[in-house]
Amino acid sequence: MKIRAQIAMVLNLDKCIGCHTCSVTCKNVWTNREGMEYAWFNNVETKPGIGYPKDWENQAKWKGGWRRKASGEIEPRIGSKWRVLANIFANPDLPEIDDYYEPFDFDYEHLQTAREGSAFPTARPRSKISGERLQKIEWGPNWEEILGGEFAGRSKDANFEGVEKEIYGQFENTFMMYLPRLCEHCLNPTCAAACPSGAIYKREEDGVVLIDQDKCRGWRMCVSGCPYKKIYFNWESGKSEKCTLCYPRLEAGQPTVCSETCVGRIRYLGVVLYDADRIQEAASTPDEGDLYEAQLKLFLDPNDPAVIAKARAESIPDAWLEAAKRSPVYKMAMEWKIAFPLHPEYRTLPMVWYVPPLSPIQSAAEAGKIGVDGEMPDVKNLRIPVRYLANLLTAGREEPVVTGLERMLAMRAYMRAKTIDGVLDEAIAGKVGLSGAQIEEMYRIMAIANYEDRFVIPTSHRETSIEDAYDLRGSCGFSFGNGCSGGDTKTGLFGGKTRKQGKTPMEVA
Amino acid sequence: METALNHILFGWFPYLALTVFLVGSLLRFDREQYTWKASSSQLLRRKQLVLGSVLFHVGILVLFFGHAAGLLTPAFVFEAVGISKSFKQGMAIVVGGVAGLATLVGISLLTHRRLFDPRIRATSSFADTAILLILFAQLLLGLATIPLSLGHLDGYEMLKFMTWSQGILTLQPGVSAVVADVHPIFKLHLLLGMTIFLVFPFTRLVHIWSAPVWYLGRRGYQVVRTKKPASAKEPVPAARPAPARPVPAAQPAE
Repeated sequence: MKIRAQIAMVLNLDKCIGCHTCSVTCKNVWTNREGMEYAWFNNVETKPGIGYPKDWENQAKWKGGWRRKASGEIEPRIGSKWRVLANIFANPDLPEIDDYYEPFDFDYEHLQTAREGSAFPTARPRSKISGERLQKIEWGPNWEEILGGEFAGRSKDANFEGVEKEIYGQFENTFMMYLPRLCEHCLNPTCAAACPSGAIYKREEDGVVLIDQDKCRGWRMCVSGCPYKKIYFNWESGKSEKCTLCYPRLEAGQPTVCSETCVGRIRYLGVVLYDADRIQEAASTPDEGDLYEAQLKLFLDPNDPAVIAKARAESIPDAWLEAAKRSPVYKMAMEWKIAFPLHPEYRTLPMVWYVPPLSPIQSAAEAGKIGVDGEMPDVKNLRIPVRYLANLLTAGREEPVVTGLERMLAMRAYMRAKTIDGVLDEAIAGKVGLSGAQIEEMYRIMAIANYEDRFVIPTSHRETSIEDAYDLRGSCGFSFGNGCSGGDTKTGLFGGKTRKQGKTPMEVA
Repeated sequence: METALNHILFGWFPYLALTVFLVGSLLRFDREQYTWKASSSQLLRRKQLVLGSVLFHVGILVLFFGHAAGLLTPAFVFEAVGISKSFKQGMAIVVGGVAGLATLVGISLLTHRRLFDPRIRATSSFADTAILLILFAQLLLGLATIPLSLGHLDGYEMLKFMTWSQGILTLQPGVSAVVADVHPIFKLHLLLGMTIFLVFPFTRLVHIWSAPVWYLGRRGYQVVRTKKPASAKEPVPAARPAPARPVPAAQPAE
């Protein structure tokens, strides 16, 4: 057993209102630079839909993630190392920027400078790549917002597999949910496996997956390797970039920007201990449907004295072990089993998990009946088909999703009985295999969701690092390569910055 | 006068070009890692790239290794293994011709794309376009030597270039006299070739140094980096006090 710790995330989709605050704050911090206009380290998709980039879940097309060979070993779906190198001149599985969208801006200046005319001046779109006029914006990062577009297009969503999808095209039966997505910081990342330069690595101390911007040579195999399409090729710098899980913030004990700014309080960050020696074994599980369970088995109980002793012996700081005990992520994934990995069938063992959303009861009559009886509704009557959620979160296995949804319904029923009727109804809790105390804790963490309950993040321990803190003093910390430069500063051959002198309006006139 | 010029171009210039090539590459690798990249534009436009890039790269690799082996292998080695001069000349024409045509098709597609695709044109640096045009010109010069070589099927003209390049690499600038009377197209081809070495560190060509062949030898698929000192990775006996200052260890995750 080799114990490692990871900062993992859970998103409670039941509370996501699709406001995109996470995406926008992330963009403002990380990707509002030339070459990355099209990239959203965090984006929010409306499901069902083909998503961003187009059809990213269709691995028959994009070949992301891992494939289990007949021998029982796994290899990246894009191919063995030989095949990866053979495709290095032109990667057949690389999306084009139009699969994301052509980034654009509008000629706002024209609104101010247009001469007097018979028609109102308009701000027309312009490509952020070529600078040319765009006659029509064809696609964007969130084109399917709130079921935008025709059902025929959206229904290509891969999660409809095994669902009679035609009826969901009808207005009366339609359903939707939001899916915020970011890098999964997988235990078995295909991006790292596919990188010929070895520039992508997982940090041992907190599990963050990063791209070494100095070592990346832009062979762009990681973009294909990642099944979530969460690695973006910066066309300006020629390097791939990805979500950093805001590691400079995590190291200081702060939540990621997307989590901090989430107005719905849907995001949770906490430590999970896992057994690194069994990653390969879990990722190679023969039946895709068992991958969710296999990943659960990798997680270690932070209250188990044997685990604590072993973790101490492997120099995991005590603060991290304490945080692991209070981890909301561990509780949701392991104790209550209401959070699930996104597409475990990709075999990457993702570490950003999701609480599936409840949805309205399909028929109003049934809903009324339930109100009277105070009984829990059958999750089969929920508007979002369980099969759809199972395809998204448990590789098609419906039972775990059903249990998760029932536990969330039970939480509502139990708390309603407690606060309205003044009754502590242990039977409700018992019916879904929980205790009243557990439900109260679920309620505290999921419904009240105080800051300190959502984010239990131990600071990094610089004193145990081989990095020499004395050398780091006065350095710039995080930068895009080349020490303190932004990466695109135009430096002359003999040092010094060559800066274009801006002209004041007075001089121009 | 002409002898002096010939000596400057084929006796001195090679050393200037090679020095800038090696020192420049080293400096850029050391100081400007963030600029060291392949600069693929496949993301922006797939059209023309897949066919163009594959033909170009495969073709030019054959040409590169063909030139390297053909020019730098000492003549007596060829004799020892029974390859006659005329056979070597013929093989160079056939292999070089086929690979050259593949490269020509590839580089034509790539150049058309670079110059006329609005996205690629707008995002190209001066060096990107310039090196492509230089390579294009060098390829055309190289193909133009084929008809000339057909007139020298005995292989003695080729021997001059072998002598010259091996002389340069063994630090004999005087060897420039050997190529003094070859056809001007050959001379232009040599000069432009040396110029490519000269500008190499200032262009995207540096990605050639990084051809990731080591990937094939990487064991497993996991890449993990640690900040822990090497001593911390072993279970520490409880009684022993921790070292006052951890010993820096090499990061193992290459």
